[in-house]
Amino acid sequence: MLLIPCPWCGERDEPEFHHGGEAHIKRPLEPDQSTDEEWAEYIFMRTNPKGVFLERWVHQSGCRRWFNLARNTATNEIIGAYKMGEKPPISTIANKQKTATVSNKKPKGVK
Amino acid sequence: MVDAYLRQSPLAHLHLAARATTSNALPDAGVVLAEIPYLSQFVLRGNADNQAFTAGIKKALKLPLPISPCTSSVDKTGHSHILWMGPDEWLIVGPSDDQAHINSSISTAFRNQHFSLVNVSESRTLIRLSGTQAQNLLEKGCSIDLHPSAFSPGSVVNTHLSHAHITLHRLNSIQQPTYDLYVHRSFAEYLWSWLEDAAREYGLDNRSK
Ligand SMILES: [Zn+2]
Repeated sequence: MLLIPCPWCGERDEPEFHHGGEAHIKRPLEPDQSTDEEWAEYIFMRTNPKGVFLERWVHQSGCRRWFNLARNTATNEIIGAYKMGEKPPISTIANKQKTATVSNKKPKGVK
Repeated sequence: MVDAYLRQSPLAHLHLAARATTSNALPDAGVVLAEIPYLSQFVLRGNADNQAFTAGIKKALKLPLPISPCTSSVDKTGHSHILWMGPDEWLIVGPSDDQAHINSSISTAFRNQHFSLVNVSESRTLIRLSGTQAQNLLEKGCSIDLHPSAFSPGSVVNTHLSHAHITLHRLNSIQQPTYDLYVHRSFAEYLWSWLEDAAREYGLDNRSK
């Protein structure tokens, strides 16, 4: 089970939360001028990385607020939570990715 | 003006008052439960950064608005509370005959302010839990760290108790820990039954009035 750090309530168990998909998806600024491709990109297309993913969560059974979370989809490591409208913790993510590449090396003897 | 209407507790059919024990009938019971129905409950929303709003609430209710997450404030009598529910949301709780007063005192305080006040008195009932084993009982179904160093008197959280959503408030009691469990009415019977069952090993004293 994930222990998720709500920006207001602190660490709480995963069942108190709901996942809201990828964060920072921008609605087209000029809806009337947008092509079908641009709408399809906005509505349907999402990245699915193995590694750090910026996603939205809502503290459904707690303070009921939406926030963003940086989580490693391969290890489930939670890098940090940040409020809506705030910037993702880029430097922490970069550091984590650096250590992840090192530790991903195969141990000696493994082919 | 709050109109008169027929009020019924979601636990009325369990006849808790009729089944209640008299004072000190069960001195060894580790858990004391009591339903406290019909409390006045209002959801207040507004901007916590707005001085006029926070000061206005304090003046209207004679109670400071708790701004820090998971905290509460209580009046001198111990019967009225403001519970933190979110960064711009609070639950105001008072005695059952306080509805009209809470409604009018806040409404008149903020004639030209942006705020929201909703009467939700019928949405939840209150189960008060105390006794020497109260914390142990809650820990059977609640993932919150209830140790006094982490969940001190006055703390309030919205969480799950055995999968049911509750608002859990630890009262400012100088004696043994006392917890208020606000439960939505459709979950009230389930939660009371769960509490009765979970309390069996400790001995249960039902003090509903
Ligand atoms: Zn929260």
